[in-house]
Amino acid sequence: MKAEERLVIRPAHIQQLIDSLIRRGYRVKGPVVRNEAVVYDDLSSLEDLPIGWTDEQGGGRYRLRRRDDEALFGYSLGPRTWKVFLHPPERRLWKAERNGRGFRIIEEEERPPLFAFIGVRPCELHAISILDRVLAGGEFVDPSYRARREGLFVVVANCGEAGGTCFCSSMDTGPAAASGFDIALTEVVTAEDHYLLAEAGTGKGAEVLGETGGVRPGEAEITAARKTVEEAAARMGRSMTGSDLKDLLYRSYEHPRWDDVARRCLTCGNCTMVCPTCFCTTVEDRTEITGGTAERWQRADSCFSAEFSYIHGGSIRSSPKARYRHWIMHKLAAWVDQFGRSGCVGCGRCITWCPVGIDITEEVGAIRKNGVRGSDREGEG
Amino acid sequence: MSTAFMMREADDRDPMVPRLFKVRRKWREARDIFTIELSPDEGTHPFSAGQFNMLYLFGTGEVPISISGDPARPEVLLHTIRTLGAVTRALQRLKTDDLVGVRGPFGNPWPVDEAEGGDVVLVAGGLGLAPLRPVLYTLLARRRSYGRIALLYGARKPEDLLFKRELERWRGRFDLDVEITVDIATGDWLGNVGVVTKLIPGVPFDPLSSVAMVCGPEVMMRFTVKELLRHGLAEERIFLSMERNMKCGLGLCGHCQFGPLFVCRDGPVFQYSRIKELFRVREI
Amino acid sequence: MRTLEDILLRHPFLKGLDQKYLKLIVGCASNVRFRAGEFIFREGEEANHFYIIRHGKVALEAFSPERGAITIQTIGEGEILGWSWLFPPYHWPFDARAVELTRAIALDGKCLRNKCEQDHDLGYELMKRFAYIMDQRLQATRLQLLDVYGVHDERG
Repeated sequence: MKAEERLVIRPAHIQQLIDSLIRRGYRVKGPVVRNEAVVYDDLSSLEDLPIGWTDEQGGGRYRLRRRDDEALFGYSLGPRTWKVFLHPPERRLWKAERNGRGFRIIEEEERPPLFAFIGVRPCELHAISILDRVLAGGEFVDPSYRARREGLFVVVANCGEAGGTCFCSSMDTGPAAASGFDIALTEVVTAEDHYLLAEAGTGKGAEVLGETGGVRPGEAEITAARKTVEEAAARMGRSMTGSDLKDLLYRSYEHPRWDDVARRCLTCGNCTMVCPTCFCTTVEDRTEITGGTAERWQRADSCFSAEFSYIHGGSIRSSPKARYRHWIMHKLAAWVDQFGRSGCVGCGRCITWCPVGIDITEEVGAIRKNGVRGSDREGEG
Repeated sequence: MSTAFMMREADDRDPMVPRLFKVRRKWREARDIFTIELSPDEGTHPFSAGQFNMLYLFGTGEVPISISGDPARPEVLLHTIRTLGAVTRALQRLKTDDLVGVRGPFGNPWPVDEAEGGDVVLVAGGLGLAPLRPVLYTLLARRRSYGRIALLYGARKPEDLLFKRELERWRGRFDLDVEITVDIATGDWLGNVGVVTKLIPGVPFDPLSSVAMVCGPEVMMRFTVKELLRHGLAEERIFLSMERNMKCGLGLCGHCQFGPLFVCRDGPVFQYSRIKELFRVREI
Repeated sequence: MRTLEDILLRHPFLKGLDQKYLKLIVGCASNVRFRAGEFIFREGEEANHFYIIRHGKVALEAFSPERGAITIQTIGEGEILGWSWLFPPYHWPFDARAVELTRAIALDGKCLRNKCEQDHDLGYELMKRFAYIMDQRLQATRLQLLDVYGVHDERG
């Protein structure tokens, strides 16, 4: 990145950023506080941002808390991921209309909005690039995803805080983004100063950034921004490492830990809903009561339901154990074979939003502890 | 944001939108199994032996069904279907000229070309004969390209046997070994009674040059593989057709995963050596 | 014309058997032939023989008044039929009926039992061969029991 593509902007300049994107025709989405959580939704003004809020997170726990400063991006991650805009949880695929004994199919003339996302965390940026591979990188392409994805403008907010369940630094997906954004912001809040170091990653990004009224950064400002991110990395309490993870898991289909986690897992599917890369869908047919028109919808689906693997005769994965195992196996092992990299970005949402606090890093750690069938009897009376 | 690294070029057709085919004929094969013949108003629908289509019925839903017809006749599509649920029951009620939505063909075919020059053993169990029939059509059309050809077919009862007239015709050929067995029969059945694996020792094939293609319920395929291996066939020479819950046929919906494989995209036909580890795992 | 000894030697069941044992067995053997539909033995009868099938096909049947004869298994060329002569009370548990013209070699069970008692090495050789066949048939029966082609769920 060339130095002139970096600017220091003040919190108030974010308004110019939003305005400039709206002027260009973007539908701007970003973090807002709703129902006691930070979620991503429409953003029209600086005041919509979660100014002065942060979150406390742990296994099965999420609370918003006031900060003692006015940070714009001082929270870590909420339950909603950007996939709700790029790969909507519900989408009509087409309609069919009866005509006489036959029917005709009316294709969707979908013109999705041109999105600009503000406040994309580095781990989430990796999640989007993973979805690119899954939904738009193979032999078949999801046309809706591609249409939504193609014009996307991304403003990253590098992390100055490590969330309570984050482990991105061990997954090599954060807490700072190296590429793949139009603009990346690093917010620095000290007792004396509050600014954002903004870096343009594309020509389009540089153009938009140029309209915000920022100034050239000094060496001290660049150093402080770097240190903020480094500190976030150092404060991360969890990790999940190992280039051997795929092979380790493939060897562990019969590991006793799956029985252990199955006793805790409620198979509610929360983890798959909050996961930024879980992409599975099902289809649903809806018929108008008179039977004149029928619609086919695509809906988000979860591998935690027994229906998910149903073939005539029964469900392939009928036990909770098999379903949990499938999820981890897919995310951390099979994904590598299917799409060339792990499906996990270390955002920690599945830990936070699991009602019983199952921790993927802990489960993997337990499997790593060379388990032999019948040997794992701790905690059983 | 730069998106050039991965995204594929746009293609005209949305793969989730079916093409409409007309029902030409429909006939009963066994108690709960029927064959439906579909064709488009214009054009053809080329496919390879072992591929499947997603069949959509107005307002009812969509089901994956393997193609049971002759790949050399792409102007008609044959599907042999067991009535099991809402969609298949509704398909059975269709009349001539009714419309069916078709997406496909999907999946990888049987290794018909790769098997040339050697013996071929087809082992079918129950409805598993349907996706193997296109193989047999192709083998017989190119009969001189193959060594011995054997079809071993197991069903539950004599009345469950599919394609009875064709089976009789095939049994009459001197260049084809057809052995049929049922699990249970009453007095008037003069054929074999016993499991399909019992037929394997009875057919002569050269294990070093043979290719086996196996389709049936998973348990039946497991036992069959064991028997084929015992007769000296290498793991690489055994091919199976797997079944999982297929919804999109494109590898995009995640439903049909079998370990790291998508059955719709990487299968349904797999080389046994590639899936043998997965084959052993329960509920995978 | 092939001798009984030749035929026995070539049959898979006795393949590799020591020549001296083969000679003992030939002493208990005779050529038999059944027409299509003919019963080879009936359920409950005394089991005095077993059969080494040379050609043809035999159905093992159980008769049920309302369903008629139910075929449990068919046995053909290269296989053997019957081991009830080995275990008391030496009775056949099923009917065996030739489905087509069947040629076999019948072995006298009583004669063989005596020879096995006198020479346990012969007894062990034969037991091994029967145990293998019993194992194969048991596995096949288990697979039949699984009813793999049946429909086990009405949803879908």
